Amino acid sequence: MASPLKCDLCSNQATVHLTQIVNNKVHKVDLCESCAQAKGVTDPNGFSLADLLHKDALNPENLTTAARCEQCGFTQADFKKQGRFGCPQCYATFSSLIEPMLDNMHKGTAHTGKVPQKSLERKTLHDRLTELESSLGQAVKTERFEDAARYRDEISQLKQAVEQPKSAC
Amino acid sequence: MTIASLLSTPSELTDTASSKCAIVLMTRIRLARNLAGRSFPGWSREAQRAEVLAVCREALSTTAPMKRSVSTTVADLSDLEKQILVERHLISRELSGSKDGAGVVINKDQTVSVMINEEDHLRIQVLRAGFQLKKAWSVINALDTELEERLDYAYSARLGYLTACPTNLGTAMRASAMMHLPALVISSQMEKVVRAVNQLGMVVRGLFGEGSDASGSIFQISNQTTLGESEEEIIKRLGSVLESIIEHELNARAKLLETDASKLYDKIGRAYGILQNSHLLTSTEAMNLLSLLRLGIDLNVFPEDSRAVIDRLFIEAQPGHIQNVAKHDLESMQRDVLRADKLRAEFAAFAKPTFIINGQN
Repeated sequence: MASPLKCDLCSNQATVHLTQIVNNKVHKVDLCESCAQAKGVTDPNGFSLADLLHKDALNPENLTTAARCEQCGFTQADFKKQGRFGCPQCYATFSSLIEPMLDNMHKGTAHTGKVPQKSLERKTLHDRLTELESSLGQAVKTERFEDAARYRDEISQLKQAVEQPKSAC
Repeated sequence: MTIASLLSTPSELTDTASSKCAIVLMTRIRLARNLAGRSFPGWSREAQRAEVLAVCREALSTTAPMKRSVSTTVADLSDLEKQILVERHLISRELSGSKDGAGVVINKDQTVSVMINEEDHLRIQVLRAGFQLKKAWSVINALDTELEERLDYAYSARLGYLTACPTNLGTAMRASAMMHLPALVISSQMEKVVRAVNQLGMVVRGLFGEGSDASGSIFQISNQTTLGESEEEIIKRLGSVLESIIEHELNARAKLLETDASKLYDKIGRAYGILQNSHLLTSTEAMNLLSLLRLGIDLNVFPEDSRAVIDRLFIEAQPGHIQNVAKHDLESMQRDVLRADKLRAEFAAFAKPTFIINGQN
């Protein structure tokens, strides 16, 4: 016989096995007797597996050490309290928290809609510019003047490209 | 342009003659957008919010649709102005209650409004009378593209537009239609419809969004999820759900006429009588009476061209609009008197009903 299933919450032997279909997706949970009781699973009224999964994902005790968003100082506990994030960077910081929730929340887990083309092009240009400027600095420092001239030309070309959309409107 | 002059100019909702679709009163699309590298409004300090407000107002002022617009902070609006803007669906209740650094930019014909520092840095909204999802999308898409030339949006290739609340990730788009569904309400089928619509991934709310009641049998239907589908797919799916709700409403009307025409006509006739003669009307009662008259228009009891009058009154009978006409503070009882006065005046010259009773009735 296969090894007995462990409780998803406390790793005792699981004796309660639940399968629920939410949004056409099958969710399975295995619980031990006491966790099942504690979570109200044995109460046939008003129990939702989705809630259980959700609460579980948000329970700070079940998460690795409370991470803090470097950009804005937001914590997992803040998210539990507000249900909203602190800044765009939080999605990267708390990806392990949010990823499992997306499946229940949305139709898919990957964006297939509009892309902010202009914003992204500008960002690519900006990143390239920063890179070139540091290369230029390096070249000057090490007295590679031919390289430096090449970098400088490329920078001025890029800058023109960046300026253009602004003058157009 | 000032907010006061904006409120007295004709708007898409109060003065449109184009109530083309009898059942869909209005279509709305909103996009949530945030600026890269900045905290969301709810997690920002006052100074950060003020900065975002300034940057966004500046960017908006140079876009084509907002060339002629009113740009104001919420702090500069009076309570009454805020209420009127909520009643016209130009700002949310959440924005009207928000503190420092919140603002709104509204174009002249009041079809485009952009809320700044609501739940997200930007909440762009386009509103059209009637059933015009595709038109609304093309307008909002163009404005969003223009804005994106000026602002760096918070965006991830995999999660799409990043929003304060993860339920808005992806397209960050909510497309909605305001529907007038009196027959489904009268025949107690709304609950069934709500359940069916929910299963299709759409949400049904009352007239003023989350938590509001459905007075006047007006409901808002919108997409629930935003990630995993493109904007066009969401709009297409919502469109077909709306079509099928329209069909159900029309069936319910036919059924009511077939089984109990007298009962239905009695409701419409009485509503007409009350609107012509009452001296005290709460806004909920007014909404419900107007709703019955609108149904009467759809059933040819009243002439087709009077639908625009009803649609205007749906807005003008709201408390803020009544208060605004009075020019001084009113108790709610006084408002009910004024509302009844206004409606009596409007309906004194309204066409008389002609009831066509089928067959042997």
